[in-house]
Amino acid sequence: MSRISEEQVKHVAHLARLAVSEEEVKMFTEQLDAIIGFAEELNELDTDNVEPTTHVLDLKNVLREDVVKDSVSREEALKNAPDQKDGQFKVPNVLE
Amino acid sequence: MSLFDKKVSELHQLLHKKEISVTDLVDESYARIKAVDDQVKAFLTLDEENARKKAKELDGKLGSGEERGLLFGMPIGIKDNIVTKGLRTTCASKLLSNFEPIHDATVVERLLAAEAIAIGKLNMDEFAMGSSNENSGFFPTKNPWNLDCVPGGSSGGSAASVAAGEVLFSLGSDTGGSIRQPAAFCGVVGLKPTYGLVSRYGLVAFASSLDQIGPITRSVEDNAYLLQTIAGHDAMDSTSANVDVPDYLSALTGDVKGLKIAVPKEYLGEGVDKEVRERVLEALKVLEGLGATWEEVSLPHSKYALATYYLLSSSEASANLARFDGIRYGVRSDNGQNLIDLYKQTRSEGFGDEVKRRIMLGTFALSSGYYDAYYKKAQKVRTLIKNDFDEVLAKYDVIIGPTAPTPAFKIGEKTKDPVTMYVNDILTIPVNLAGVPSISVPCGFSKQMPVGLQIIGKHFDESTIYRVAHAFEQATEHHKAKPELEV
Repeated sequence: MSRISEEQVKHVAHLARLAVSEEEVKMFTEQLDAIIGFAEELNELDTDNVEPTTHVLDLKNVLREDVVKDSVSREEALKNAPDQKDGQFKVPNVLE
Repeated sequence: MSLFDKKVSELHQLLHKKEISVTDLVDESYARIKAVDDQVKAFLTLDEENARKKAKELDGKLGSGEERGLLFGMPIGIKDNIVTKGLRTTCASKLLSNFEPIHDATVVERLLAAEAIAIGKLNMDEFAMGSSNENSGFFPTKNPWNLDCVPGGSSGGSAASVAAGEVLFSLGSDTGGSIRQPAAFCGVVGLKPTYGLVSRYGLVAFASSLDQIGPITRSVEDNAYLLQTIAGHDAMDSTSANVDVPDYLSALTGDVKGLKIAVPKEYLGEGVDKEVRERVLEALKVLEGLGATWEEVSLPHSKYALATYYLLSSSEASANLARFDGIRYGVRSDNGQNLIDLYKQTRSEGFGDEVKRRIMLGTFALSSGYYDAYYKKAQKVRTLIKNDFDEVLAKYDVIIGPTAPTPAFKIGEKTKDPVTMYVNDILTIPVNLAGVPSISVPCGFSKQMPVGLQIIGKHFDESTIYRVAHAFEQATEHHKAKPELEV
């Protein structure tokens, strides 16, 4: 039985902002199905009374003093920009 | 005889006595790279001009009589997911093939403050996703012991460059075994520190709750020197632990009398190569001979670690890699029709298959309707795995087993089926989930390829694993073996 459909793979690819060809949809459906099937072995374990671990250290909120420090200059921030205009990142039209 | 056959402490003495210069060390590095790197393919970017300039500058300081730190003038290679100011940092991804960071990672800052010399950036699996370096977006690194074999991954370039004598030591990163497994495959020493001991600031994030930077070296002693320099609290990393860093060198006493070792039966069972198991049992005999004792224990949730890891690390990766959209940096696609399409085209053209696969898996595991069944379930199983380690380490000083179930495999052997490749990390992954430290040291050979012994310790107890690793190293000859490359 297939655990994940081609439609789901296309939806997930859209959420992940990946363009996928029909060929890739087939490949990912097959491979994700295998990986998820493998992951379902976790269901053998009863975890009803187990707390999830998000982090191994018992760190609480880490705060610092609110003081003004040097920050990245505009020139540095734009140094790696593929496209820029008037000191800002340039992107295609957002509204059509 | 290469200068890099010597330890840092010996080279330091030679520099101090002016028998060698920093320029000699840098020459050694680039000469070796020129001689063998077209075979090994460990480096993605070299920083030769700067390194030579820096060497000259340091040589000028040599005569002043002033006491220098131990890393002064020592040539180091840096994994290409650790940012270096003005020096191309690609994560072995086509998407970042033109990226020049505007700052140094904290570990790089600390190494440069100690006056070590950065030689260049090392190849890896793209965004550290892989166990063989075959997922590099540029070219695969080869194992110096047999060029038909993989060097392991994802820090394959880091381990291969040290084994091939191209640098004295290197930095790698370890999310599920990415320092230890390549160190084992290449016959060198690799440490994954306790989560939080070494700052992640400037390490391009893969799975933030698992990633750690660590040293790869020829000897345990050099490894301790390098960790000493990079460890310690960093205000720039909010997951950095505010703990005192002990003097690791003072732990290298050679004394393991009375040491209690746990050997998980799951680490010597099914799936572990017979000769790998034999090398580990021989190593345990050596440690017994030095006065340690060992007992078989169980880490009962080991078999669930792999699935837990792939769900959690891929989920974190899918969020972390969302930033690569071709807007602020990276290679932007020319084929985007509108903004959303631009993101999609940029990411599809820039990422390799394994990176896409993990982003897809992570996005799926985090998506509405599946979050509780996959992501949250995996977080709960992570607790069970961590508890296994806590229980065993409450009774024993260290846990010992193999680093990887087999020696280095052939290039192309496991690329067809992702799950087969993932199984290779079965003995290293639980350690990242538990957040404990672990080292891989050479413990002999199987079919002419190196085998790694894994020594796992308690949270922030790197000292004990260094003590055990060092005692073992000093009692054996394995670390003296070197690959022979045709020049």
